[in-house]
Amino acid sequence: MRKIKEFVIEKLILICGLASIFFVILIFIFLAKEGIAVFKSVSPFNFLFGKSWYPISEPPQLGILPLILGSLLVTLGAAVISVPIGIACAVYIAEIAPQKVKEILKSGIELLAAIPSVVLGFIGMVTLVPWVKSIFHLPTGLTALSGSIMLAFMAMPTIVSIAEDALYSVPKNYKEGALALGATHWQTIYRVLLPAASSGIVAAVMLGIGRVIGETMAVMMITGNSAIIPHTILQPVRTLTATIAAEMGEVVVGSEHYFALFAIGIVLFVISFAINVTADLFLHKRR
Amino acid sequence: MFRIVSVLLINLFFCSLALAAPAKNCVQVKGSDTMVNLAQAWAERYMEVNPGEFIAVTGGGSGTGLSSLISGTCSIAMSSRNIKGKEISLAEARGVKPYEAKVALDGLAVVVNPKNPVDKLTIDQLAQIFTGKITNWKQVGGQDLQIVVLSREVNSGTHVYFKEHVLRKNDPNSKEEFTPGALLLPSSQAIADEITQNTGAIGYYGMGYISPKQKAVAVAKDAKSEFVSPVTENVINGKYPISRPLFFYTNNAPQGQIKKFFDFCLSKEGQEIVLKTDFVPVK
Repeated sequence: MRKIKEFVIEKLILICGLASIFFVILIFIFLAKEGIAVFKSVSPFNFLFGKSWYPISEPPQLGILPLILGSLLVTLGAAVISVPIGIACAVYIAEIAPQKVKEILKSGIELLAAIPSVVLGFIGMVTLVPWVKSIFHLPTGLTALSGSIMLAFMAMPTIVSIAEDALYSVPKNYKEGALALGATHWQTIYRVLLPAASSGIVAAVMLGIGRVIGETMAVMMITGNSAIIPHTILQPVRTLTATIAAEMGEVVVGSEHYFALFAIGIVLFVISFAINVTADLFLHKRR
Repeated sequence: MFRIVSVLLINLFFCSLALAAPAKNCVQVKGSDTMVNLAQAWAERYMEVNPGEFIAVTGGGSGTGLSSLISGTCSIAMSSRNIKGKEISLAEARGVKPYEAKVALDGLAVVVNPKNPVDKLTIDQLAQIFTGKITNWKQVGGQDLQIVVLSREVNSGTHVYFKEHVLRKNDPNSKEEFTPGALLLPSSQAIADEITQNTGAIGYYGMGYISPKQKAVAVAKDAKSEFVSPVTENVINGKYPISRPLFFYTNNAPQGQIKKFFDFCLSKEGQEIVLKTDFVPVK
């Protein structure tokens, strides 16, 4: 009787475990089925490197290079802002902060993670956007920079909590050894702890970036959504995610535009898959 | 604990009964965001006059409404543009015959910041501004300031109408497009907000959205014609050059309750509601 119970429970758990993989595969098959149809009307090269995105014209121009560059620029900007601050914050929490401050900081960061992205987008639209416009004397504040700053807030909780975890799991005797050899606290952090936790920190950065590149609502509200190839971060951009979100509601089902949006989905899927795999590789290297 | 749960369950049961019952004589109206307020006002009045009948109105955009009509999930599609050839053939493939009725008119206002000295533009100038050929306000008699072009997203019927009738000047062979540098904003309200805080911006939306925080420019068909402001009487008498019809689409000619609702919308009372919601009556 106990054996049967054991067996049933084991198999149930196995099914739950497999379900997520099964769903990922189903999603990918669905995306591929709908998305690949676009290549009947436009070659993969022209799709990925075409410079104009006019999906509802006759004939439609389906080049997503401005969108890819837009997504990458916003993500890069967000990484440049959030990575140094995030890692510094993690170091402070893990190594320097007294117990009380540590708890306050940690719950504050968890709270930051809990703010819905549409709220961040709204705050950005009414406060950050006019501010960016007047500081840089731009014709409009709806720029990639505004998006980057807002998304940096979204990436920060992920980066801080995983990096802090990585720093915390560095064996205690590393630190004790360094201090015993006469290193100062800062030297210990900089020369011993950070290198020892580096793979975990890289994973933290990758997961943070993964969150940024998939973010939709906030970027749609504050980046201006012009499908131009950006030359500076102070220009409006249109991201892959915002394009899907803005256009999917209205698209004629079965048109080239519809298939093109699914193909954008494939591109996004591939990008975030690559980022997650990289993060995973670094996490495993650590162990 | 058990009592609370059972009370909740019983409530849920009765609520779902109450919701399920009217579904039988409920007309689903779906589509253009521009028309949601208008259709909602019609539906409210109609349900007051005809108790026991239900009209449910949802937005989503003209294309969303038409594709729901084609897939049979709504009975009336609201659209701020004509149905496309592709949609007609798709509908026919599924055995749906779209029937079109013009229910109201909408004047599209071109708006700028009140601090901007420019207050009149010709259609030709508008076309050049929105396609990116004119990039500075001094080229149309304003300050030396870069023009920031605002547009609705491509899912908007307003976007399509503006492109076809202003940028392309009704020429079906024209290949003109919005400048790629145009900021595509998700709603008319977003355009209004950006106009309010940006002295160099220009945008467009339905007349109903004009407020004292934005300035609507007077528009002329060409350099020789007079400049006309977007107000109701100029749209009715056809003097204002950028106005468009708003449509209801149904599968086949309307019958029964749907026809009754149509007749109400086109009645004198229905068209007065059109005026109240800042649109323009068809008659």
